[in-house]
Amino acid sequence: MSSETKQILTTDGIPLEVSLKKAEKKNKIKAFLLVAPLLLFLIITYIFPIGEMFTRSIDDKMITNMLPKTFKEMESWDGQKLPPEEVFSAFYYDYKALVEKQEHGKLGQRLNKEKNGFNSTTKRLFRNIKRKKIDESISIKEQIIKVHPNWNKVEYWQAIKRTAPPYTLAKYLKGMDMYYAPDGSIVQVDEDRRIHRILWLRTLEIAFFVTLFCFLMGYPIAHLLATLPMKYSNLLMICVLLPFWTSLLVRTASWMILLQQQGVVNDFFVMIGLVADDNRPEMMYNKVGTYVAMTQILLPFMVLPLYSVMKTISPSLMRAGKSLGGTPFVAFWKVYFPLTIPGIGAGCLLVFILAIGYYITPALVGGASGTLISNQIAFHMKQTLDWSFASAMGLMLLTGVLVIYWIYNKLVGVDNIKLG
Amino acid sequence: MSKNPEFVKFDKVDKSYDGKVLVVKDLQLDIAEGEFITMLGPSGSGKTTCLMMLAGFETPTHGEILLDGNIISNIPPHKRGIGMVFQNYALFPHMTVYENLAFPLRVRKVEKDEIDKKVDKALSMVSLSGFETRMPAQLSGGQQQRVAVARALVFDPAVVLMDEPLGALDKNLRESMQYEIKHIHESIGVTVVYVTHDQSEALTMSNRIAVFNDGKVQQLSNPAELYEKPVNSFVAEFIGENNTFNGEVVDIAKDKCKVKLANSEILANPISVKSKGEKTTVSLRPERALINPTDKMDNMFTGKIEEVIYHGDHTRVRLNLLGSSEFILKVPNSTSNLELKVSQDINIGWNSVDARALDPK
Repeated sequence: MSSETKQILTTDGIPLEVSLKKAEKKNKIKAFLLVAPLLLFLIITYIFPIGEMFTRSIDDKMITNMLPKTFKEMESWDGQKLPPEEVFSAFYYDYKALVEKQEHGKLGQRLNKEKNGFNSTTKRLFRNIKRKKIDESISIKEQIIKVHPNWNKVEYWQAIKRTAPPYTLAKYLKGMDMYYAPDGSIVQVDEDRRIHRILWLRTLEIAFFVTLFCFLMGYPIAHLLATLPMKYSNLLMICVLLPFWTSLLVRTASWMILLQQQGVVNDFFVMIGLVADDNRPEMMYNKVGTYVAMTQILLPFMVLPLYSVMKTISPSLMRAGKSLGGTPFVAFWKVYFPLTIPGIGAGCLLVFILAIGYYITPALVGGASGTLISNQIAFHMKQTLDWSFASAMGLMLLTGVLVIYWIYNKLVGVDNIKLG
Repeated sequence: MSKNPEFVKFDKVDKSYDGKVLVVKDLQLDIAEGEFITMLGPSGSGKTTCLMMLAGFETPTHGEILLDGNIISNIPPHKRGIGMVFQNYALFPHMTVYENLAFPLRVRKVEKDEIDKKVDKALSMVSLSGFETRMPAQLSGGQQQRVAVARALVFDPAVVLMDEPLGALDKNLRESMQYEIKHIHESIGVTVVYVTHDQSEALTMSNRIAVFNDGKVQQLSNPAELYEKPVNSFVAEFIGENNTFNGEVVDIAKDKCKVKLANSEILANPISVKSKGEKTTVSLRPERALINPTDKMDNMFTGKIEEVIYHGDHTRVRLNLLGSSEFILKVPNSTSNLELKVSQDINIGWNSVDARALDPK
């Protein structure tokens, strides 16, 4: 077709395109207004909190705001030797202002995280200021050094300088068991203190195996659901969905009843003579409990997408495969299985992403060796109140999920996902 | 080469799904090698079940199915070597046309070169050369159908089964595909068992037609005989159009009988009536009754036109004749067309040999 096709006009002489756009504009506005409440809801409850989480996780403005004069003077300090008199006096006035506002304690705690011993060092200064022992008319540098020998050490001043930028990635490094060394380089924590990395790996491992178990158990169930006559498949479907209608807490609690050492499963094992009464295996408060309970709870998320995909596969395809000479296995593997991949993809992605952020079940049945990263996040939210660290780990989790999604998209293609 | 007249044999086959109702009853059917046989019947008549038993997806409840003299009831479908074309084509949607066709060859471990050659040949047979890399979803219905046919033939099976393969196509395409399948059958001489509920399809394509009803073969004969000489009223009714008169035999001779209707008598050809007093349904093809017959015919009546429907190549006329207002006439559209008007009286005549007195409905 030629590109110079004549402009088509409507009967009243307006170009067709313009008239069409006009007609569609109204519909577009209507459509937008219909989704606007949801959009607003998403922005308020989803986009905004994520942004808030992000700023909180990198926020380090506290000291920046507490020591404005000091950091201004420190700009011209090279950080190699002890800072000049100006820096000392700026720090003194900043600190004095904090003392008046009674915020000096926070500074000490924060600086102590940067360099051990800072808390006592600043406290000594605080007492001197309180007793008005510092004479502002002579060199403040010398007086401060006299207060505590640490003030004569360049590392302590370097630590203060490190806190100057209003933003820091320290929380993210901590999430990966790393930290900023005094010289500003990134180093790993001692091997016996690398707790987060173990948790990340365990989270991935448990999510992976739970996905695998769900797949291995869900595939035959979904196949059965899709091929059984209606009256049986409906009943089976209810059995699959029943857990959905029960509270997550109730289900997890039931597993606790079943799996505990004096529980039903152990009683049964003892009864059939599988284990000795005085040697009941521990099936809870470890990984086993987490695996069992999470697999059961997440199973419907695997079965439903698989079922909806399998339902659309005509049984005549398998028959065709067989009539063309394929053994039942070949017909299954070459014909049926490839057609269920969209369902497998959707189910696995769903279960994996849900499992990676699972909280209640591992918290209740996981014990020490079965807890996941989300439990750690909750711990920092509720116990240590280090919200910025919790935020950082939450975002790392989110990033991890997005990376998995991206890899999945590269491998299988998101267009091939079929949820129903 | 002498052809085996019992290449496929259904020997007293019964089939029941629920143990209560027999879907197929005592089926006795021989299919000759190289024959194109059609199983024709309304839905639920057992024809597809027969096909599925032959393909191996259903097992007979009783009796045996023999293929070339061997009992195949215990052979699984993939070892029977029977090609099958399914109602909805059943092309593998995730494979290209080439892969679809290569599937039966690959599972038979045929060499790659040989596969290429055979796929090429099969595709050119259905005039789809050059479509190897297409996915089934990129093909039109007719093309998918042809790929399905080619796939069922590519591994040179002895028998090809077709389960209403043209059901999803539109009328014109269906007709051209009918000829195409017929020509393929003629050129390669494979035995085809074809299932359909479309009688015109069956008449066009088959060597022989087995008309199924109620789990039984009602009549097995070639298309012409089936149409011209139906043996019972079900076949007469099911194949083509049909005018019927219900009555009672009052007089019977060797090749003629007199049938008493509600208020008149007609002469008919006794097919399934043997003696006086039997109830019968007389069947007459619409095109065998003539308007204003010039020759002497042994049934001559006058009827009143109730309705005239123009059909292009012919005109259908509904008459009130002999107490029934459902008598249909087919008037060919010729240049010397008659003036046909509603509520006009016309003379109708037919020969008793065309009026077949069959079993009562």
